[in-house]
Amino acid sequence: MSMTPTAHQMMLDQARWRWSESLFWLLSLGVLFAFPSKALLFSQIAIMGLFALSLDLILGYGGIVSLGHAAFFGVGAYAAGLMAKHGLGDPLLGLAGAACVAACIGWLTSFLLLRGSDLTRLMVTLGIALMLFELANRMASITGGADGLQGMMVGPVLGLFSFDLFGKTAYLYALSVLFVLFLLARKIVHSTFGLSLRAVKGNALRAGAIGISASSRLVAIYTLSAAFAGIAGALSAQTTQLVSLDVLDFHRSADVMLVLVIGGVGWLYGGIIGAILFTLMQDWLAGITPQYWEFWIGLVLVCLVLVGHDRIGAAVKSMVARLSGKGGAA
Amino acid sequence: MLTILFDGIAYGMLLFVLACGLSVTMGLMNFINLSHGVFSMAGGYITAFLINRWGVPFLLCLPLAFLFSAALGMVLERTLYRRLYARSHLDQVLFTIGIVFMAVAAVDYVIGSQQQTVKLPDMLKGRVDILGGSIGLYRVFIIALCGCLAVTIQMLLVKTRFGSQLRAAVDDPRVARGMGINVNTVFAITFAVGSGLAGLGGALGTDILGMDPTFPIKFMIYFLIVVTVGGTSGITGAFFASLILGIADVGGKYYVPQIGAFIIYALMVVVLIIRPQGLFSRSRGK
Repeated sequence: MSMTPTAHQMMLDQARWRWSESLFWLLSLGVLFAFPSKALLFSQIAIMGLFALSLDLILGYGGIVSLGHAAFFGVGAYAAGLMAKHGLGDPLLGLAGAACVAACIGWLTSFLLLRGSDLTRLMVTLGIALMLFELANRMASITGGADGLQGMMVGPVLGLFSFDLFGKTAYLYALSVLFVLFLLARKIVHSTFGLSLRAVKGNALRAGAIGISASSRLVAIYTLSAAFAGIAGALSAQTTQLVSLDVLDFHRSADVMLVLVIGGVGWLYGGIIGAILFTLMQDWLAGITPQYWEFWIGLVLVCLVLVGHDRIGAAVKSMVARLSGKGGAA
Repeated sequence: MLTILFDGIAYGMLLFVLACGLSVTMGLMNFINLSHGVFSMAGGYITAFLINRWGVPFLLCLPLAFLFSAALGMVLERTLYRRLYARSHLDQVLFTIGIVFMAVAAVDYVIGSQQQTVKLPDMLKGRVDILGGSIGLYRVFIIALCGCLAVTIQMLLVKTRFGSQLRAAVDDPRVARGMGINVNTVFAITFAVGSGLAGLGGALGTDILGMDPTFPIKFMIYFLIVVTVGGTSGITGAFFASLILGIADVGGKYYVPQIGAFIIYALMVVVLIIRPQGLFSRSRGK
């Protein structure tokens, strides 16, 4: 009898639901009752967390560095916003619509990503985001252009809970959506598909040699990630009742990368933890220097790389593991 | 018609000078540097500052802009960028975006967000008639200067000892080191010259491209397109890519203003579908 666990066992072990995870989600629900006045901030965190989660799917699991992930966030936001403006105010319908539109664009553009190197991918993702920004800017009659989309009428969630001024419904709604999609993403990355994706990321040539087609995997995960980002955008549009050109801005793509990297790449909680740290930092810094906020983002990025974000990500992970009594098993 | 063609060529030449340093560091050395525009911005701002504050003649400002940006590039390469050559592409992207954000905010804070203007000398104002089209003298000046630069750079890369050392260092740094080439110095000089050219391009382009703190972000996509479309064959590819991009952009914005801004993205997609490795590429193992 050997003591080394088989690969099968190891994978099952990785996929197992830990009690610390339950604690995490209960806590995230609990903060609403502890700090009800901060509900709007919390819903921002949940939305940012979902957005970063969607980036983690392609960056952490697919190995695609994207400079234009805001494209899907923005498309989702505009889709949900336009639906709400033109009488389709049901929030869940809006989410579904946003997911479909974003997934379509993700699917179409994913084929451009299959060609060429990281450099080409950077150009394509950035180019697509800029193109959509320009498109939204030009079609001012539909999108409201630089003034933003106005006159959204968002109905109550499930026909029961209408959005209140303090953001309580907004947070519960955003958190539930995040939780459901998180479970879905967790299921997917631990499935055979997720494992094959990891093989492709590790070495596409070898993965091909054992019969895993890299292209179809990347197309699938990119489309899925686009849909997730679209839903995040839709959530943002519905909870704030506002869509402006800002949703497609380059800064948003850079911010979400920073968020994910703070929390750790290739680990679904990374995006959510990063979103918490990032939003709290933003809230705090905006109080000090509202205008030159991007300088601090830049500084954090530079320092993060010089220190080594892998190390910080690993530190966060091992801290969580220690808290859950696993003693750095992550 | 001819006027627009000339404007496009001038624009393309300008892009080439701005991006050719990058096509060596990013295209050949495979170091992803999104902060190239920062050096152009430095060149543009120093020119505007020298002319407007101290009344330095424009033509003297150009070499000064080159030197300033080259020095800045050299310092940053030695202190920061050097550490990143061996890191992952994600690290390089994050780091250089961080630099861009810091530079943009810092310039905004110190100088302000307004457009910078430079006063061109009288001899570069006015227009000339060439082949029946009326062309701004400044455009002619840019085309001539950038054309000379392109030839010089190509000669430097192909004919000189330094050029061979650079090509060797890019192809295989380990073997190049073994042959007694000081790879670090070669890379540092290349980076400095590339940054200097970017600064010169920024100085020349202040009048045509506009110069404000968001310059590095606005032109990031142009640089990326020039390098990727140009392919990894050296600067010839980048030269033709810049020309095509310049002519397409200027022509598109003039003839079909409604969709003019989309021409460059369409171009990018088309090239990518036909030639995924860039217009001019040599086959490499990667």
